[in-house]
Amino acid sequence: MRYLSTLMLALCTASAGAAPPTLTVYTYSSFTADWGPGPAIAEAFEAECGCALDFVAVDDGVALLGRIRLEGPSSKADVVLGLDTNLVAEARASGLFAPHGRRVGQLAVPGGWRDDVFLPYDYGYFAFVYNTEVLADPPRSLRELVTGPAEQKILIQDPRTSTPGLGLLLWVRQVYGERAGAAWKQLRPRILTVSKGWSEAYGLFLEGEAPLVLSYTTSPAYHLIAEGDKRFAAAAFSEGHYLQVEVAARLKGAREPELAERFLDFMLSERFQRHIPTGNWMYPAVALPEGLPEGYETLITPARALSFPPEEVARHRKAWIDEWLAALSS
Amino acid sequence: MGRLAPCLGVLAVLGVTVVATLGALLLTAPAGWSDVVHDVYLRRVVAFTFWQASLSTLVSVGLALPVARALARRERFPGRDWLLRLLGLPLVVPTIVAVFGIVAIYGQNGLLNRLAGAVGLGPGQYLYGLPGILIAHAFFNLPLAIRLLLPVWQSVPGESWRLAAQLGMSGGQVWRLVEWPLVRHAVAQAAGLVFMLCFTSFAVVLTLGGGPAATTIEVAIYQALRFDFDLARAGLLALLQVVCCLGIAAAVQAMGRPQWVEPGAGRAHARPDLGGRVTQVLDYTCIALVAVATLLPIGAVLSAGLAGPVFAVLGDPRLWSSALLSLGIALSASTLAVLAAVALLIGSRELRVVRYREGLADAAELSGSAVLVIPPLVLGTGAFLLLRPLGDAFAWAPAIVIGVNALMGLPYAIRVLGPPMTRIASQHERLCASLGLRGFARLRLVEWPLLRAPLGLAAALCAALSTGDLGVIALFGSQDTTTLPLLLYQRLASYQMGEAAVTALVLLALSLGLFAALERAIGGRARA
Repeated sequence: MRYLSTLMLALCTASAGAAPPTLTVYTYSSFTADWGPGPAIAEAFEAECGCALDFVAVDDGVALLGRIRLEGPSSKADVVLGLDTNLVAEARASGLFAPHGRRVGQLAVPGGWRDDVFLPYDYGYFAFVYNTEVLADPPRSLRELVTGPAEQKILIQDPRTSTPGLGLLLWVRQVYGERAGAAWKQLRPRILTVSKGWSEAYGLFLEGEAPLVLSYTTSPAYHLIAEGDKRFAAAAFSEGHYLQVEVAARLKGAREPELAERFLDFMLSERFQRHIPTGNWMYPAVALPEGLPEGYETLITPARALSFPPEEVARHRKAWIDEWLAALSS
Repeated sequence: MGRLAPCLGVLAVLGVTVVATLGALLLTAPAGWSDVVHDVYLRRVVAFTFWQASLSTLVSVGLALPVARALARRERFPGRDWLLRLLGLPLVVPTIVAVFGIVAIYGQNGLLNRLAGAVGLGPGQYLYGLPGILIAHAFFNLPLAIRLLLPVWQSVPGESWRLAAQLGMSGGQVWRLVEWPLVRHAVAQAAGLVFMLCFTSFAVVLTLGGGPAATTIEVAIYQALRFDFDLARAGLLALLQVVCCLGIAAAVQAMGRPQWVEPGAGRAHARPDLGGRVTQVLDYTCIALVAVATLLPIGAVLSAGLAGPVFAVLGDPRLWSSALLSLGIALSASTLAVLAAVALLIGSRELRVVRYREGLADAAELSGSAVLVIPPLVLGTGAFLLLRPLGDAFAWAPAIVIGVNALMGLPYAIRVLGPPMTRIASQHERLCASLGLRGFARLRLVEWPLLRAPLGLAAALCAALSTGDLGVIALFGSQDTTTLPLLLYQRLASYQMGEAAVTALVLLALSLGLFAALERAIGGRARA
């Protein structure tokens, strides 16, 4: 048995050395999974570039930045795809990424795009998702959520460990400003629990533990399109919804800089973007000629896209998390 | 010195791993001890970590005592072997799956609340908070403690029972004079291990704890390493965790030193305290309660899996390549862990039995746990920093994963193999010496027949643990190295709860099969 396992591991590692040229893209694992947009995108790009596209996948966007910072200038990565706007300031400060030098006026990202290093490839909004058969009268604003009945529980994620958790923290900060701490104190009795990541909270929600869960406005689209299940909806909040934009950039030390640039162009083309709505369950960063897939029209459209500039998030994140901790612990 | 050499070798590997990993992180920046010491938030976190770990250990090991005793007293009842194997399952269930299973039974909308609703009682909200943490930790560790305690109970020599019967001892006297002196060592060992496991618990504490008031040091380490990318702080916190954990575990384990048993003829004799309808009912009630409480969440995991898209998931080649990789890692890691445990224990029992250096022996056995209390993320990051000068550190991924899994399994193997190996030495050392029985002959004639069963259990436990462990693979994984637990987490992160449930089912079946196969193949037909 031991020989078998050694042989197997040897085979697994041997596949690393492929024929040149190979473009190496670091991303997160739900992007490259069989059911994610990665495989179709790799196939489309390989067909037109005459190269091999090698995805290296880690947990999520936060792990992605961590890995790039660990590897530093000697990284094998040509392109990093999958950071979100809240990580951009730290990623830029690492000095590892190269400016993209493109005009980005045609992008469909709400509020426009100005960054000269990172290019967006999709976006979405955080929202509280509910089951319409369980909850007839969902809150219509963040203020209603905060002041609502304590027995109607919500599931949220921890801003110290999770991207949506941080999103909610910023959302509350946008709406309540300096009174965010008090708002969290008021919200506290409604919180059933605060989970480590999105998967735990969403899993508990699907088991019926609480009627509302922090997720994305596009979550109901998954249930509708992939499962034919019409029960789920996102609660539209009148103050607007916090925006999450996912971005990619080329590394300064890329071994295949031309292929990397070509990939970034490809990323903003319809051939990449059409895999986003039903692969990554986010909105494409470029308007698709054939429009969004059927089912997306049932989703709520936020009244306003809320967001902080990345630098402001980087500057205040620690203090705001401390404020959150103080309001929910003690 | 000959018998101490392999032990020193293992200790050296452990020492180098701990010092190098933590050192690699600490050296990235000037360490801020004073920041850590004066951090109010951190002080609260440390206090809470101690509090929940102590309570969890008390509940898990405290409940395991009567149940293990009941199982030891009732050696034959239908399904006993399978019950013991099923009790191994909670150990291998990935945390997140276990949380879903626990919630399906004990949650707001869980089975218990629905039953309560059916008889007209309102739903009770009791899970989220300290009760949730304790229930989950008992779910993981109560069966572990039972499995660790049971073999020790079964090692009570027949002569002792005969004597107890001749003296007409009551149940209470049997416990006080025969059983407790013998199991005390194993109880302390189990409590030490459970304490460390609960101390380093993370997702369970956060998710079922109800809010950030329930934060363990492990969360703070994760936060420092991931969001803050403060490697030095993560290294410091990991060091703090290692010191706290090993300190407490050492104190707990010092309370129970092994008791010497005079060599007996090994003749079987029934326990004198089996009669009586009341004790019988009590024993079976204990067993049934634990079986139901533990197996219900497992049942929920199984039924969720069977309700999912079984055939679609089973038809996915990725599932099988992941399963094969997990199997390969599990077998390699388990082999390494058992070999390392044996090497370490040969030295520690020499210290204990031949040289009467109990303190040193305890320290050697406890060092085997050092790696268990370092978070996988810290180990992975440290390994990366260390290997970076050698080129592409991620090419080492499979070797690192196997090594880390082996080191994580080591404490379990030590606790399974320690008591019987020490016992063999204490009973047969002089006989072996007088017969000039050494080396391979001693191994074949003395050790192997007596150690087969525990070796089987240790290998099975380590392999099963490794199968279910997400470990460092998440940090080192790429397209080519997806283990079964990683595949499961990936599905969960992509709305595919049904597919994830089926994957969990496959994972459980694989672990259980591996467990039963190794236990049988190595341990033979003897009961562990």
